[in-house]
Amino acid sequence: MLLTSFITTGIYAQVKPLKKTTHHPASAAAMERGKIVYTNICLACHMADGGGVQNMNPPLINTTYVSGNKATIIKIVLNGFKDDVEINGQKYTNNMLPHSDLSDQQIADVLTYVRKSFGNKASSVTAAEVKKVRASIKS
Amino acid sequence: MKMKKMFILLLPVFALIGLIVFNACKNPDHTNTTDAANAGLTLPAGFSAVAVADNLGQARHLVVTPQGDIYVHLANSKKGRSILVFHLDGDKATLKTSFADYGGTGIAIKNGYLYASSSADVYRYKLNDKNEVISPDQPERIVTGLINRRMHQPKAIALDNDGNIYVNIGAYSNICSDFDPKGTGCPILDSAAGIWQFRADKPDQRYGDGIRYAGGLRNVVGLDWNQQDNQLFVMQHGRDMLHDLFPKYFTIKQSAELPAECMFALKKGDNAGWPYVYYDWIKHENMLGPEYGGDGVKAADPKFLNPVAAYPGHFAPDGLLFYTGNQFPEKYKNGAFIAFHGSWNRAPEPQDGYCVVFQPFKNGKPDGQWEVFADGFAGTAAQKASGRAAHRPCGLAQGPDGSLYVTDDNKGTIYKINYNK
Repeated sequence: MLLTSFITTGIYAQVKPLKKTTHHPASAAAMERGKIVYTNICLACHMADGGGVQNMNPPLINTTYVSGNKATIIKIVLNGFKDDVEINGQKYTNNMLPHSDLSDQQIADVLTYVRKSFGNKASSVTAAEVKKVRASIKS
Repeated sequence: MKMKKMFILLLPVFALIGLIVFNACKNPDHTNTTDAANAGLTLPAGFSAVAVADNLGQARHLVVTPQGDIYVHLANSKKGRSILVFHLDGDKATLKTSFADYGGTGIAIKNGYLYASSSADVYRYKLNDKNEVISPDQPERIVTGLINRRMHQPKAIALDNDGNIYVNIGAYSNICSDFDPKGTGCPILDSAAGIWQFRADKPDQRYGDGIRYAGGLRNVVGLDWNQQDNQLFVMQHGRDMLHDLFPKYFTIKQSAELPAECMFALKKGDNAGWPYVYYDWIKHENMLGPEYGGDGVKAADPKFLNPVAAYPGHFAPDGLLFYTGNQFPEKYKNGAFIAFHGSWNRAPEPQDGYCVVFQPFKNGKPDGQWEVFADGFAGTAAQKASGRAAHRPCGLAQGPDGSLYVTDDNKGTIYKINYNK
């Protein structure tokens, strides 16, 4: 059993970020907490449906930023985002504010919520993962 | 044989019946605006509308010539062309030609020239006596090198009667906090956040060749020269995020309503005060901005220019047109139409705007309450409230017959609004 899960994990570690992984639903409590953070902090720009605002605020639906590497998205929430990049072929003009004032748990919850909402099917984020990234960017 | 012929003749009838039945059962929230009466718009009594063109993409500003040609500028060029030229025949606009490899918003005609802007330059093209561009592939560049950062890039334009062109250079920032974190003074005002004046006929002018005509204007997309009092009028897009940045001073609802979208009547040297002030249309007062010590209560320094009219927060005025035609009833003469693109920063409150508003004027100044003139661009009430609007008003133009043209930069519909006595 352990060996199987070891092998499975190994296989999935090599898979591209957007490929369907074994998708464990987050706890209802985590999703609920995450939705509260989303509504209070993120909704104003990314909108209730996660679709963003054309030309201005990027959508959170099926983008590599949201559903890919966890450290990337954690850093964006902590530091904000000003890069002039294309997201799914479109550019967006507004800067994202940093939200380092949110706790590790709040960031983990809102990212879990976003990564499992709006059609996204990515993995949960834990407070420990956020704490690690926060420490790494402090230096 | 006879039966087959009859069946073929009756096919359109069956199709029509099918269409009627299908539409009757359709979710009433999904109206097909181009088939609906008045192209889906709600208008005052006596007015009608048709969509003369659609699916153009991001149709921004437009002009209509006395010959009935329509020049419309697309935000991004499609297949290397961003200015489309249509000829209007009755209610249908037929594409004649296209040119200009630079997407943009600004477009205008003055004294035998077509003017158009990209996000960094302004060009002009000589017109023949039918107001057709003579050399579409050889634009004359009259202004260049304008600052072009990520935000508020489009350089809307207007011309006066003295050979000058006015160009919006929007602030590349919401409230300058990125560049003035300590609140000691916004350093970008010398080259952005204002209207710059250049000569309409000199090549390759840069900042040094023009003047900042008016400053402290966050971003202007809708602007027009008022011929009655020979003055430039502009519509400013007000700042965002009062509540998100200062929850202590502004509730969610206040942040949805404020600040006002302002109409300014400009004179050379005016300072409209961005980022230091914002206008509260509910209190009718110019306020000190929270980044600079304001708290939602403290008034602004009276040295800053006050608006001549103010509209609800985040409506996003993208077009301004002084109506000078004779088709519409007398009350519209020399008044202002404003195209409101529609909000995003009202969330979590319902979004709003997505309409054309009429502002009555008297003796060259706003006089009386504004009214919604054309509504329904967004689609259903749910589409408007969510901000997922079907059509978003952007540009305004007056036709030679006195009709009003409106562009939509979401789907790219061009509406023609007529008054039928």
